[in-house]
Amino acid sequence: MDALITQLQRQFRDYTISLYQQGFLDDQFTELKKLQDDGSPDFVAEVLTLFFEDCVKLISNMARALDQTTGNVDYSKVGASVHQLKGSSSSVGAKRVKALCVSFKDYCDTQNFEGCVRCLQQVDIEYKTLKTKLQDLFNLEKQIIQAGGRVPQVDIN
Amino acid sequence: MGMETESQFHVLAVDDSLFDRKMIERLLQKSSCQVTTVDSGSKALEFLGLRVDDEDPNVLSTSPHIHQEVEINLIITDYCMPGMTGYDLLKKVKESAAFKSIPVVIMSSENVPARISRCLEEGAEEFFLKPVKLADLTKLKPHMMKTKLKKESEKPAKEEESEVSKPEIKEEEDPSVIEILPLHQELESEKLEPLMSGGNKRKAMEEVISTDRSRPKYNDITTSV
Repeated sequence: MDALITQLQRQFRDYTISLYQQGFLDDQFTELKKLQDDGSPDFVAEVLTLFFEDCVKLISNMARALDQTTGNVDYSKVGASVHQLKGSSSSVGAKRVKALCVSFKDYCDTQNFEGCVRCLQQVDIEYKTLKTKLQDLFNLEKQIIQAGGRVPQVDIN
Repeated sequence: MGMETESQFHVLAVDDSLFDRKMIERLLQKSSCQVTTVDSGSKALEFLGLRVDDEDPNVLSTSPHIHQEVEINLIITDYCMPGMTGYDLLKKVKESAAFKSIPVVIMSSENVPARISRCLEEGAEEFFLKPVKLADLTKLKPHMMKTKLKKESEKPAKEEESEVSKPEIKEEEDPSVIEILPLHQELESEKLEPLMSGGNKRKAMEEVISTDRSRPKYNDITTSV
């Protein structure tokens, strides 16, 4: 059983590090983990759930606002949703999503329709990718705990 | 560890975003504060006991039901909110005789020097850039202590805070006063320095977004704009 735990812990550590190295997460995610403790053992999961729900809602708002068939595009509406998404992605350490929001905001400000549509598509892909990866990470955590081990503190650099 | 004071600091957190409210609430709880969150400036004023006149929102009167029992030691508010902004809230608090002594901290996801100066000039104690970190909150204790000090001199309450005799609790990481996690003390130690040394302060100003998170009263920033 110990060998299994060790192996799982190693996988967890490696996977976590790779997420940072590949730019999916930044040190704000580390900050988020600091807020979890015995009193709030599911804090990170709760916040991430809220975040991903926000993604769905905001992206839907953006898509609607960018719908030209209903008339002129209201870029301030798009921008408002982008601003919100930028804020929450920044708070959870979703580095790529946040970076996309920065470009997206610029396209909104310059009323660049193609740019906005491109960003919208990318942000959709990006949050879904992150969600899958984090789910994998959480599954690893669960497996470690089920095997009777402790989830290691991963020291990034 | 250390001082689990019976009377904890109670912070009123104001933010229109549910997500941000959840974050700031946890951050404050983790810093051993009691938290009340509201989603608007007007709700914040209501909670404090300031009644907004229905006809003229500029006229504030103190409601007969002042929340005397709920002692707020600090208000932390988002800047960008629909209706009453954090700045508006700051002004209203500072204009009220009853509550102007409550320290107010502004948070914003946008780093706009003019905005920061305006808030500081209006009486905000600190301006935090979002996302707010645990290390930022350690800056709050000195401000909240001041209100306790005031209460101390008014009534002979028995508080065991020995740091009452240290009015100069600035950015020092004094472990006996501030409950911080050892983890972020290591990680964040360089971020706390900017408040002390001039050299780092300049560096912090240059790298406005990255290094320095919160900005206490500095006048330099207006000249560089």
